[in-house]
This record gives sequence, C-alpha cells and structure tokens, in this order.
Amino acid sequence: MSNLRILVATKRVVDYAVKIRVNAAGSAVETANVKHSMNPFDEIGTEQAIQIKEALVKAKTGTAEVIVVSCGPAKSQETLRTALAMGADRAIHVESDEELQPLAVAKLLKAIVEKEKPDMVILGKQAIDDDSNQTGQMLAGLLNWPQATFASKVELGDKLMTVTREVDGGVETVKAPLPAILTTDLRLNVPRYASLPNIMKAKKKPLAKFTVADLGVDIKPRLQTLKIAEPPKRQGGKLVESVDDLVDKLKNEAKVL
Amino acid sequence: MSPTPFTEQYGQRESMEYDVVIVGGGPAGLTAAIHLKQLAQQKGTEISVCVLEKGSEIGAHIVSGAVMDPRALSELFADWKERGAPLETPVTEDRFLFLTSQRAYQVPNWMLPATFKNHGNYLISLANVVRWLGRQAEALGVEIFPGFAAAEILYGDDGAVKGVATGNLGIGRDGKPSEQFQLGMELHAKYTLFCEGARGHLGRQLQEKYQLNAHSDPQVYGLGIKELWEVPAAQHQPGLVIHTAGWPLEHTTYGGSFLYHMANQQIAIGLVVGLGYENPYLSPFEEFQRYKTHPAIRAFLAGGKRISYGARAIAAGGLMSLPQLAFPGGALAGCEAGFLNAARIKGSHAAIKSAMLLAVATFEAIANGRQADVLEDYPQAFKRSWLYQELHRARNFKQWMSKGLALGTVMTGLEHTLLGGRVPWTLHHRHADHTCLKPASHCKPIDYPKPDGKLTFDRLSSVFISNTHHAENQPAHLTLKDPTVPSNVNLPRYAGPEARYCPAAVYEFVIGSDGEQHLQINAQNCVHCKTCDIKDPTQNIVWITPEGGGGPNYPNM
Repeated sequence: MSNLRILVATKRVVDYAVKIRVNAAGSAVETANVKHSMNPFDEIGTEQAIQIKEALVKAKTGTAEVIVVSCGPAKSQETLRTALAMGADRAIHVESDEELQPLAVAKLLKAIVEKEKPDMVILGKQAIDDDSNQTGQMLAGLLNWPQATFASKVELGDKLMTVTREVDGGVETVKAPLPAILTTDLRLNVPRYASLPNIMKAKKKPLAKFTVADLGVDIKPRLQTLKIAEPPKRQGGKLVESVDDLVDKLKNEAKVL
Repeated sequence: MSPTPFTEQYGQRESMEYDVVIVGGGPAGLTAAIHLKQLAQQKGTEISVCVLEKGSEIGAHIVSGAVMDPRALSELFADWKERGAPLETPVTEDRFLFLTSQRAYQVPNWMLPATFKNHGNYLISLANVVRWLGRQAEALGVEIFPGFAAAEILYGDDGAVKGVATGNLGIGRDGKPSEQFQLGMELHAKYTLFCEGARGHLGRQLQEKYQLNAHSDPQVYGLGIKELWEVPAAQHQPGLVIHTAGWPLEHTTYGGSFLYHMANQQIAIGLVVGLGYENPYLSPFEEFQRYKTHPAIRAFLAGGKRISYGARAIAAGGLMSLPQLAFPGGALAGCEAGFLNAARIKGSHAAIKSAMLLAVATFEAIANGRQADVLEDYPQAFKRSWLYQELHRARNFKQWMSKGLALGTVMTGLEHTLLGGRVPWTLHHRHADHTCLKPASHCKPIDYPKPDGKLTFDRLSSVFISNTHHAENQPAHLTLKDPTVPSNVNLPRYAGPEARYCPAAVYEFVIGSDGEQHLQINAQNCVHCKTCDIKDPTQNIVWITPEGGGGPNYPNM
C-alpha cells in the first residue's frame, strides 16, 4: 500500500485573459482592479496531484494526501480555495505582502517541506507574470532532491517516478527516486472545472496560515527591477528589390551589419 | 440548448436548496442578497442566500458611466463611507453641450433641468462599487458563485418558478460532451430573484411565459459604448461631468454622450445610441469613434492613452415600460425590469432601491412560511416609494426625445423646469426597437472615417482591451431561430445590420465557397452587451449564456 503525501505549490497571478499594461508611474505592470487567478501551470500541477490520488484509490493500492500551498498576500487564499474545490485536501497559506522572488519562495517552500515531509513537490514550470522558471529548480537544489522539469507525462512506481520531459529537441524520459520535485508543462493534463458542490465543500477544508517570521526565512529580494516598458510598437514591414538593397538596409537602417 | 438531453447518459442533476437564489451579481442582485441578510440579522433569524454570476469574478461584466446618486446606497448602508465604499470623487461641475460637427454650445447652468444637475452625487466605477458590495455580501454570509451562469429556469408542477440550473460545462463546439464534461447543477429556492441587467436572457423567457409585459409599453434600449482613458494632469479636472447631445447623431436618433473626469487622471467617455434608430447603415461603434474627434472632445483626450473598452445595452423605457414585477416563485429587480431613469442618466441607485424593496417583500413572505407564490407586496411597495415618484416625474423623457432632438429638448425643459415635473400627460412607447429599422434601399449609407489608431480605433483592437475570453471549445452562444434568415432577410433587406450594430465584431458576412455571402458568428468576441438580441429585425438572434466565466474581464469600468 502506498500512501503518498503530495505538496502542490500555487501562485496567484494576473489572469491570462487580461491584456496587461505598464502603470502610469512606469514602475510595474498595472494590477489594480485587474482580474487575478491561479497560475495556469499550477492548475495543471493541482490537477496532476488529484489524478495521482484518484488513480491510487481506484487501483486500491493506496491513497494520497494533496496539500496545496501558496506564498503571497491575503488574496492568495482565493487561489487556495480554488485548489481545494478542485479536490485538494488541505491548504497552507504563507502570508506576506512583500515582493517574493523565486529564491525567497523556494526557501519558504523548503521550510514547509521540512514540516510536512511530502513524497513529491509539484510546481508549475513558471509563473505567467514573471516567467522566471526558477522556483522548482531552486527548491530541488536547496533540498538536494532530484528534479524533473517541464513534465508532459508522469508515471509513479514504487518510490520512483518516471517523467517524460518536453525539451528543446523533443522529449526526454527520466527516472527519479522519491522524494522529488516535478514541474508541470502544458501538455501534462487538462485541469477539471471545480463544481458547485465542491466549491461549497472547499470552504470547510482546513487552511493553515504561517507568516514568513514563523518559518524563519530571509526573503530579502536579490534582484532589483531597473526599468519596465511596453514592447516597441511594431513597424510595418518593407519590401526590398534586390540583395544589394537588403544589405544596404541592414547596414544603414537596421544597423545590424 | 436545453441541458436535459444529457440526463440519460449522466443521470439526474444534483441539487442544492436555498431560501433565496439570485441570478446576477450586479448592483441589484448583490443588494437584494445583502438586504435579506441584514433583515435576518435584525430579526435574529437565518436565511440562506446564494448569488450566481456568469462573469469570472464579481465586477467582470459591469460597465457603466457613471454618476451615482448615493441616496439608495445610504439606505442600504448608512455608514458606506466608513466601510470604504469607493464613492471617492464628488461631482464638482456639470456641463451640458449641444454639438454640431464643428462647434459646441454650452447650456447655461440655470437653464439645466434638475435631472442634469449632479450636486451631491459621485463619479464612480460601478464595477468597483459592485466589487465592494460583493465583499459586504460575503461578510454577511451570502454565498456568491462567480463563473457559474444560470442557464435554465426550473418550474414546479404548478408552473411556478422553483429555481434555476447552472449550465453544463465542457460541451464541445459540436454540442457533444468533451472529456471535461460536467453536468450543471440545480439550485432550488423558495423565491428566485432575477437581476441579470438589461435584456437578461432568462428574463426574456419569463416575459414570454408569464406575459409580464402584457400591460406595459415595450421596453426600449440604448447601446452604451465606453472607453477609459488616462490623460495628462493638465487637462484633467476630477469631478467634472460633461454630457452632450447632437452631433454625430442625427436629430431623429436618440442618444448622447458622457465624459466624466474620474480619479487617477482617468476619463470615462462614452456614447449612448438609442436602438430605435431607423437607418440600418448606422453603426453605434463608429458613431462613438467619430464623436471623439469633435474639437471640444478631443482636447480632453490629447496626449492620453486608451486603457479599457466596453459596451452594454441600457434599458431606457422608464416607468411606462416596466413589466409586471412579480410572478409565481420569483421577481425582477434592477435593469432586468428596467428601473433606470433615462432623464437623469442613472440606473444604479434605482437598481439598489428596487432590490431593497424586493428583499423586504421576499423576507417577509419567507418569514410567514410562504414560498413559490407571487410577491404582491413588492410592486405595491414600489408604488409607495420615492423611486416611483422619481420615475413618474421622468416618465415621458425618452418618448419626447424619440420624437426628435429639438422637440424632445424643448418638452423635457418644459416638463422639468417650468412645470416642475408635474404634467398631466403621459406618452407611450409605441414601437419595440427591432421594428424600427427601415429597409436599406430607403436609407443612405453613412461614410464613417477610418480609425487612426491613436484617438479612434477599430472593433478588434477594442475588444482586445476588454479582456474578453471564452473557452474555445463550446457551442456558439448566439443562436439563430432560423439559420436561413441572415442570408434571406437581413442581408438583402437590411444590408446585414448585425455587422454594424455589434460593438465587438461578432457578426461578419463572409463569402463562402459557393460564392455567396454567409453570416459568420465569432462568438468568442462577444462582450455580452445583448444588442443583437434587441435589434435583430425579425428577432431571429437569441442570446443565451455561454459557459460561466467567459466574456469580458472589465477592470474599473
């Protein structure tokens, strides 16, 4: 009988349907009055954990406890409730209004891992607001655990996971002993809708809160944003008459030669 | 699009029971929910209330001017200011301009009817006020379910409304269930309150079933199209309220513009076009775009940046178009019924007040052990209320304005200033909007200027910044009763008006492989304004709700 404990990390980000813009002060992306939701790759992670649990229960070989965690301001609880409504068992909110960069999040997650002792930690490959693609890898480094990133398929064996990864050249299959880190890619699964009854049930599921101080972690940012600007407006293309014309334009107009 | 065919495969739907189910998480729906909980608290009893909202979050589908009269909000929460309600920009100045293509003539303030004077009112983002109402409602224990569209009305054996069902999720474009399929849920209630806003799709069904408008004038509508702009501080005057009439609309087309200076150097600017217009070549979207080019208007937007876009139909018929409000098992509140005061260009206070009256009637009925019957006390309480007085004074406004700008202006001025709002005559709306279109052959095409991409824009870039999104794989929610009508009637007789009145480029006539023009429906662009449902000449287009969570994601609109 295998009883797994899976920790799923989630982040509340600007919703993917929103067209973002730089705020009036030019200091950051405008987030006031803007719709937020769970990072899509984290939805995939939550779905994967629940599917693992359902497969174990269906095969009668055990069960899994799915714990979902989020680090962020008070509103991150909405993200956690969504995950609970999808089928996670309990939630942990590490509350902070400070800027949390990937290294800080990895350290906070390490503290949670040391408390909860999960067999797997599942993260999204990257958050769609900063596209850092670092937290899972950094967490693996801090814990000295194996990592399988950009997962498009996962199979669990006895204390072992076999993961198909999406890499530049195609796909690659790796095996890693548990406990291990997994980060999700788009093709891993299609997250389920949270049904109304499950949303209701989610309100009663346990949600524990920690502060950064409770976990004793240094979250000081290591990176400073110097400038943020919208991409330059696309210029119209130009037709060239001959190769000489092209070389001339590349040299004198685009100035790349 | 009835969900019942799936019950053979998937079994019966699950159901949940509430005392009251409210369809629509806008100002009316949330107010009704809040007030029900307040009444229960006062009496020391419990009442279970849930609100279904098709938008992805509360406020996502709210777009309005807006200037709010805080009178009704103060009745709901006397301490709204201490609670942090986002009414932060008091109106500091009112201007009314009549525009010609080149000039602007300002009406002296002493000549303005009281309906156009906004002292004591606030410039608001209605979406933000609604979000605040949502937080108050949740704090009182209201269960709010954003992302769930009420798709079907449930009736008991006695023909009374017994609740609603949410739509099925995960149906493919071909109408067949996909892997993510989830059966909708039934929500049963003693009373179901419908607060879907103007031209609600379930409201339309209720009107037909219970003949709710048998004794009232047809409802008439305007299409309001709005943009939010960030402008340089030098040309921004917080609290300034400007309304215009005249250019670019013909004097026979009802409508006018608003230009409000909000907080944070933002300007809310929009044009309302009455949907009773006659010329099928009229395009409300392009009228709005060219309105911005007027010298008096463009001066406010110079050097600024457009940051948001939205559109919504407005129920403008007033008192004479109000249907029967209560029917067995349910009732209508807010713009669903049509409480907006077109003369004051305000509906949010009316939505809140009507919802409070409905909440009182509903609460008392339930406290007396009643359910699924007609809430007679609600329309009676409305007749005794200040809202009725206000709408009664304004009851002729749109009817006069529909007779032409000059006559309408004179008569409105007469009614409201010289006669103090007390007149013995009552005019009627004789025609529903969709019957007013003349054949294209009788009308002249309008030569609209091309968008410049800085001050004026095209539909697609506008829909883009409304953050509209619908899940790809679902059936089109813009349904046609008869799929041959667009090619056989709309195109030859009316030159395809749907391609012009839709502010989101949903409808396009494209040449098919047979060389003929066919209607293509780009449902994913839909901003849920309901104009097509209103204006289609043969009422062949029926708007139904797409999967919950889809549609616009308006910010502080």
